[in-house]
Amino acid sequence: MTPRQTPSQTVGPFFRPSLIEAGAENLVREETRGERVTIEGRVIDGDGAPVNDAMLEIWQANAEGRYDHPDDDQEKLLDPAFHGYGRAATDEHGAFRFHTIKPGPVPGMGEVLQAPHINVSVFARGLLKRIITRIYFPDEPLNATDAVLNSAPRERHATMIAAWTDATHRVLRFDVILQGANETVFLDI
Amino acid sequence: MRDPYRREEQRAHPPYAHDAYGSTIKRAPRQPLIRVAHTLSEITGPRFGREIIRSGDINLARFNGGEAIGERIVVSGRILDEDGRAIPDTLVEIWQANAAGRYAHPVDQHEAPLDPHFSGNGRVMTDRGGVYSFTTVRPGAYPWRNHHNAWRPAHIHFSLFGPSFATRLITQMYFPGDPLLALDPIFNSIPDTEASRRLVARFDIDTTEPEHALGYQFDMVLRGRYATPTTPEEHPR
Repeated sequence: MTPRQTPSQTVGPFFRPSLIEAGAENLVREETRGERVTIEGRVIDGDGAPVNDAMLEIWQANAEGRYDHPDDDQEKLLDPAFHGYGRAATDEHGAFRFHTIKPGPVPGMGEVLQAPHINVSVFARGLLKRIITRIYFPDEPLNATDAVLNSAPRERHATMIAAWTDATHRVLRFDVILQGANETVFLDI
Repeated sequence: MRDPYRREEQRAHPPYAHDAYGSTIKRAPRQPLIRVAHTLSEITGPRFGREIIRSGDINLARFNGGEAIGERIVVSGRILDEDGRAIPDTLVEIWQANAAGRYAHPVDQHEAPLDPHFSGNGRVMTDRGGVYSFTTVRPGAYPWRNHHNAWRPAHIHFSLFGPSFATRLITQMYFPGDPLLALDPIFNSIPDTEASRRLVARFDIDTTEPEHALGYQFDMVLRGRYATPTTPEEHPR
């Protein structure tokens, strides 16, 4: 008999501390190559209330645009000081934060370059399966031709593009709005 | 690029909106999802080394210098893809309530005792054959406020990665014969009742350890690869 997929169930409210280790939101070390960026934001429900028991995971390529994974066989340098995975829980205000680098562009369908992006999974009580989105970067020329970004209705693009919060361009804001007028674009992968 | 992964099996996974589970009402997305073709972003994913497993991570039944209270059990099984191939060297994270139905978590205010010798957290890596095993105590059922007299059936939470971002899965394992399963809106959120039964472990006398612990078998299946049609000459095996 062919094995069949195991169904998803909610992460529930009690995943902490099992799944959340100190420092898991920091993807960079001193030796890591690339442009440092802090991504901070909040997870918000359909009433505009903070979701204080969500877990976010990010997965991204390194500064060259290569994933630390055997199925990425591009001839780009791996960075031994960057693996591309991070995890964070939201606090009582629904806020989360990651310290990472801006990834380089990776190829998409037909080897067309995708815009630099960070893959995001969100788990929470009330989410029976994860939601998936991407964080794109502001002022990025490749955004105009990115296949995933442009699969979403134009008026919703902005929900997947982070915004600089400071003139020095070190801190990006990216909110995850689960439901409502400005619902974030979520992906079916 | 290597082959993409298969899509979620229709009706084997819950919908986001499932009103019987009240927390979904304000949290379930309402807009249609945007379907994405698999690129390197989806077919790659994080990997973990065995060095992250610490002593004690695979035996939850002993903690803080003492034995946990409860019925000791050994939960084991294989993690496979849809082609029946073992998924080796992948991280399995587990967490659960203690035998009294209480989590060692500040948000859990259920008036059942905490057990100083039970943290409820574990981690294990699958071996080369995709096999995992850990020792714990059977978790208790506990009340929650979803509806009047609501009780979660006994369950163990599982977090799995598999080989890619696409295969990430968080789920719950249940116990056979639990009368609360029929009443649980989370278990019953899965449209296909045959699929929901995949979340119920099987009591197994062969992995039961004499004089020590009852054995439960729980296999999990992650999305497999969608092989594009090729001739054998193009893809020698």
